[in-house]
Amino acid sequence: MRMVSPVLSLRGVTKRFGGLVAVNGMDFDVTEHEVLGLIGPNGSGKSTTLNLISGALMPSEGTISLRGAPITHLAAQDIARKGVARTFQLVRLLPSMTVLENVKAGAVFGHRRRWGTEANAQAQALMEQVGLAGRGHLKVGQLTYIDTKRVELARALAGDPKVLLLDEWLAGLNPTELEEGIALIRRLRDEGRTVILVEHVMDAIRSLCDRCVVMASGTKIAEGAVADVLADPEVIRAYLGDDDD
Amino acid sequence: MRLTAKNWQGLALTAVLLGVAACLPLLTTAYWLTIGVTIALYTVLATSWALFSGPTHYISLATAAFFGVGTYTTGLGIEHLPYWVLPPLAGLIGAALAALVGLATLRLSGVYFVIFTLGLAEFIRQIITWGQTVSGTKGIYVLTSITEAHIYWQLLGLAGLVWLLGWLIGRSRLGFALRIIGDDEEVARHSGIHTARAKVLLFMVPGAFAAITGAVLAPRYVYIEPILAFTPMLSFQVVIMALLGGTGRLWGPVVGVIPFTFLWEGISASVPNQTTLLLGVAFLVIVYVLPRGFVGLIEDARARVNRAEGYA
Amino acid sequence: MDVIVTGLLLGGTYALIAMGLNLQYGMARIMNLANGEMLVAGAFAAFWLYGAGQVSPFLTVVLVAPLAFALNWAIYMVFLGPLVKRAKSRGQLEVDAILTTFGLSFVAVGIMLAVFGGDYFSYSYLSFPVALLGGTYGANRLAAFVAAVAICGALYLWLNRSRPGMSIRAIAVAPDSARLVGIDVGRLAALAFALGGAVTATGGALISTFLTLDASTGVLFTLKALVIVIMGGVGDVRGTVVAALMLGLLETFVASVIDPGLTLAAAYLLFVTILLFRPQGLFGRKTA
Repeated sequence: MRMVSPVLSLRGVTKRFGGLVAVNGMDFDVTEHEVLGLIGPNGSGKSTTLNLISGALMPSEGTISLRGAPITHLAAQDIARKGVARTFQLVRLLPSMTVLENVKAGAVFGHRRRWGTEANAQAQALMEQVGLAGRGHLKVGQLTYIDTKRVELARALAGDPKVLLLDEWLAGLNPTELEEGIALIRRLRDEGRTVILVEHVMDAIRSLCDRCVVMASGTKIAEGAVADVLADPEVIRAYLGDDDD
Repeated sequence: MRLTAKNWQGLALTAVLLGVAACLPLLTTAYWLTIGVTIALYTVLATSWALFSGPTHYISLATAAFFGVGTYTTGLGIEHLPYWVLPPLAGLIGAALAALVGLATLRLSGVYFVIFTLGLAEFIRQIITWGQTVSGTKGIYVLTSITEAHIYWQLLGLAGLVWLLGWLIGRSRLGFALRIIGDDEEVARHSGIHTARAKVLLFMVPGAFAAITGAVLAPRYVYIEPILAFTPMLSFQVVIMALLGGTGRLWGPVVGVIPFTFLWEGISASVPNQTTLLLGVAFLVIVYVLPRGFVGLIEDARARVNRAEGYA
Repeated sequence: MDVIVTGLLLGGTYALIAMGLNLQYGMARIMNLANGEMLVAGAFAAFWLYGAGQVSPFLTVVLVAPLAFALNWAIYMVFLGPLVKRAKSRGQLEVDAILTTFGLSFVAVGIMLAVFGGDYFSYSYLSFPVALLGGTYGANRLAAFVAAVAICGALYLWLNRSRPGMSIRAIAVAPDSARLVGIDVGRLAALAFALGGAVTATGGALISTFLTLDASTGVLFTLKALVIVIMGGVGDVRGTVVAALMLGLLETFVASVIDPGLTLAAAYLLFVTILLFRPQGLFGRKTA
């Protein structure tokens, strides 16, 4: 067995809102070149966990570290500069800007900072990679839904992050788009990117994730290879129980 | 930094226009020179105001506070220092004050920022008035050999400087960061932009320029009193002129300054009590009729012409 | 002792004014920067009716309140409602509301200047001294305080006990959920805004019995009301009362001990301190 030091690790991460515990003692690691699925029923705390990692929220307890260095209490912009990039559950583009400028935002201010021709070249390269070649001049209001998702993905990738957080990036796509989307993320995986994928689409989880962490009511109830985890009785209960209530 | 032909054109055009404007004192009467000073004054204030408030959408009413601080810098400093030191000194003080205000408020919501800046001029004014009462002094005399034409040329120079700075910021990382912040502050943060720092840095620009303007204008007043230096109307006029012109372009505010100056002069000459009403109506016009200012009108018209040509 | 009682008396009236703004900002979500002008208008009405027919300002209130209610309802419907509808984001609505209410405030000052001129106005009503707790105070101040307390109390009960009152509080806390349980948010926001205007105008009529005002003093009261609302917590009735009393005490203290010209500066310093250290208000709980 080979020891790999984790890119990102969470230890005992807890988030309380008043009396409500949204995330309770989460522990998990993400190793390099891994696509980790973070799954669970609605309201189980997946998005809150992403928000804690990216600095949109501050944990009440626990530590989060990036390559061994703590980032627990850093502000969102500092976490982004250290190499954590994200997309949003509801797509958030910069409405007054063109596609190129949106992607450039990531290239100019991300983990690796570029400027001038170098930033433009990086933005062009990313647009090509996600399938937006030649559409850089468009205003983002003119794009189709999946294309807005592509822009957001390209923006997140443009700063060469160490970890990419995708918050239900595949949600809301129609079947054809979904296939394209899954293919796109598979390519990220093949390139060796490190990704945390919060997702509901089971097919995507099966075909994309190396490992899975399952959450229910704010706690981790299972972790491991996808097939094993999905066969775990507790996981099945968590999902089905969700329907029974 | 490479400049395109269009950049050179813009720079040359601005220089030529400033050069033409600089001939005004040689050609016209004292009345027109006064109008010229007013226009140049508000161009500096409104353009530097728009540099910050345009992209960030924070409405600053601190212009009068910075302006007054600049006026007092000249007023208090003129006996001890040569005049040419004072405007730059006022700029430094204004920038420092803006940084303090920014650090205190720019993390908070826009409403708080408006109230904070609105109160600032009044606060400094009351403190100075109180200081004068305690120390038994009244106003300050600023007696220099500086003429109206000198003031006018200095203001034109300042206007040129604001445009140049605005243009440079627009091409810089800071400018790009501010556009992103203006669109979506949360995206900006998660992209790695230190939003608070960017806003504070930029807020120092109107702070410095308003203070310099106040310092430059002080010799014109001859006798400086708190109520004159910190008039709150100034802050509102600047907001209106900038928004009326439009903050989306560097040349936007000046397009608002010129017509509004004439309107203001006309109204104050004929019905002096109704300038307040004019300000009020101007605010409503901006919100309900011209949300993007004259710049918006001009660009819409231009887009229509282009489209018409495209189909022809 | 003198300072404390005078401060509390002043604070009671401030509470009423700030309550008006809090209804508008906390419940209707409109930061109304023309709030102070509504106060001056109420004061003008009291001044005018007293001068014309010796009508007691406490009776004037009965007339002023419904008029101000109607006027503010109309303002909401004509100017602010459309902004709420067209706003794409909370930030945009905020900017639009600030500009619009500033505009309305200047228009109101302009109209009042044209109608009444720029002079200070005051009249003498119930200005005999009353002995209380070892000091003497103007009867008008006492009467205004009692009236303010009565109105604040009634408002508090109405907001906490009546169905429309509770619905208004619901839209302040959670507008989206309120919509789900069948509350007409638009109508209630207009109601809260109009009610806030009526309360402020009433406060103006009361305050005119003991303060000298002119057409352009409105903005000072807007600032004071804002300081109180932010200090007491947006949408928090009890917080507003406590903060208003504190501001009344502070101003009276500064005016009598240091210099009357520094009252606004003191209020401003208080505001800055609150912003720096407790931006969620004195009693607000920290969010996020």
